[in-house]
Amino acid sequence: MSFLTYLINGLSLGSIYAIIALGYTMVYGIAKMLNFAHGDFIMVGCYIIFSVSAALSGNSLVGIVIAVVLCTLLGITTEFIAYRPLRGAASPLAVLITAIGVSYLLENVALLIFGADIKSFTSVIKWEGLSFAGGELKIQGVTVITILVSLVILIALQLFINKTKQGQAMLAVAEDKGAATLMGINVNKTIMLTFAIGSALAAIAGALLCSAYPSLSPYTGAMPGIKAFVAAVLGGIGSVPGAMIGGLVLGIVEILSKTYISSQLSDAIVFGILVVVLLVKPTGILGKVIQEKV
Amino acid sequence: MESILEVKDLSVYYGVIQALKGISFHVDKGEIVALIGANGAGKTTTLHTLSGLIQANAGEINYNGINLRKTPNHKIVGMGMAQVPEGRRVFAEMTVLQNLKMGAFTRSSKAEMEETLASIYKRFPRLEERKNQLAGTLSGGEQQMLAMGRALMSHPDIILMDEPSMGLSPIFVNEIFNIIEDVNKDGVTVLLVEQNAKKALSIANRAYVLETGTIVKEGDAKELLNDESIKKAYLGE
Repeated sequence: MSFLTYLINGLSLGSIYAIIALGYTMVYGIAKMLNFAHGDFIMVGCYIIFSVSAALSGNSLVGIVIAVVLCTLLGITTEFIAYRPLRGAASPLAVLITAIGVSYLLENVALLIFGADIKSFTSVIKWEGLSFAGGELKIQGVTVITILVSLVILIALQLFINKTKQGQAMLAVAEDKGAATLMGINVNKTIMLTFAIGSALAAIAGALLCSAYPSLSPYTGAMPGIKAFVAAVLGGIGSVPGAMIGGLVLGIVEILSKTYISSQLSDAIVFGILVVVLLVKPTGILGKVIQEKV
Repeated sequence: MESILEVKDLSVYYGVIQALKGISFHVDKGEIVALIGANGAGKTTTLHTLSGLIQANAGEINYNGINLRKTPNHKIVGMGMAQVPEGRRVFAEMTVLQNLKMGAFTRSSKAEMEETLASIYKRFPRLEERKNQLAGTLSGGEQQMLAMGRALMSHPDIILMDEPSMGLSPIFVNEIFNIIEDVNKDGVTVLLVEQNAKKALSIANRAYVLETGTIVKEGDAKELLNDESIKKAYLGE
């Protein structure tokens, strides 16, 4: 029974990684850049929920909505001010380093406003959860909700990408910006939309992450951000289902190795798996090798 | 004849290298105009500049009286100018049908789009047979047809074609040129860039010869086909 509990907890943590990884992978696929500040959007989202809840005496739903809106705006603004001017720069490193700069900026602004002390985050999910087999198997409410939310997000994203004109435009821009322009697609607008979606997802991931692990500091987003990046690479960066699979695998491995092997070694095991997968399949689990045809 | 496209003193630089040295040409409504020249003469640069993928440094591009240099590049196709780019550049990870729908991105009427799609399937039956196949799995010739169909989906007034015969087998080359003539007969003006000068001149009304960023010769396509210097330099005779 306990194995099942750990597995479900892993699935839940993996779902959070997956939601974050979706933002990484979409931005990479479409703008061809690694947004290393992506993890910090989680932290920003958490602080917004934390502040709004405090101001409205515990109304966290309003907090989540405000966090999603503000994170979306922050994502669009960051793209416009920091990343867009560097698109087409001589070296792709320029925008990568800028993203690291944005990451530090966000962390330090949070440090300035909220201080370094760890805040206790009140879970946005009040539901107790499910109990099976006469209380032998308990699943927390946040665990169930997290898994459900990530499923809904994945399905919604797949429908958006495959069934809507804007979603198809995203695929076209991901493949060939010049050809997409020839179709009449506004490439800048499409990239902006991608950042908006990624940042909104980061806010949602933040709400779920801090509900499950309720300590909030300016560095809350850093480690989940890196792990989600690993998940995106593991699943095949640029692939939406890949991000989902990568996230779930990572979450399950992390929880199981924490439980059965060693909690100190769990991160080493997680990153070790990345190395092994990349050695065997450098494009990740669902990554494709694109062949050119004449 | 009424000009649909008029280019004046167009100059384009790549860094310090001048790729186009002030070229001027025009395309009249209903014509097939060929732009021929060797590798690196500036043919693709010309088409990319017309579609706004490259910014010109000087000169004018007038399309139906509108200055295209001041038009955001993604708006150009909606104004009736489509391009079949060099190397086809189909969206390999998308299906044939998805590619065709992308071609109609700027069109709002679904009924009109379906009508155009039906006419494209009629022109290219092979595309209908393979509509659910990923574009990357098509042969080169099929990809060329897809690129053409995709451009036609925008219901253009003028279509810019960049090396449509490149890398194709002789049978496909003939087929592609027949299709270009058919498309033109249906009222679409064509600006055709080709290394296969003989084929291009045989279907074009007029032609311009581009050499290292300068137009060195222009005239009636049939006359250029019999021009001794053209024969020597481009027709291998």
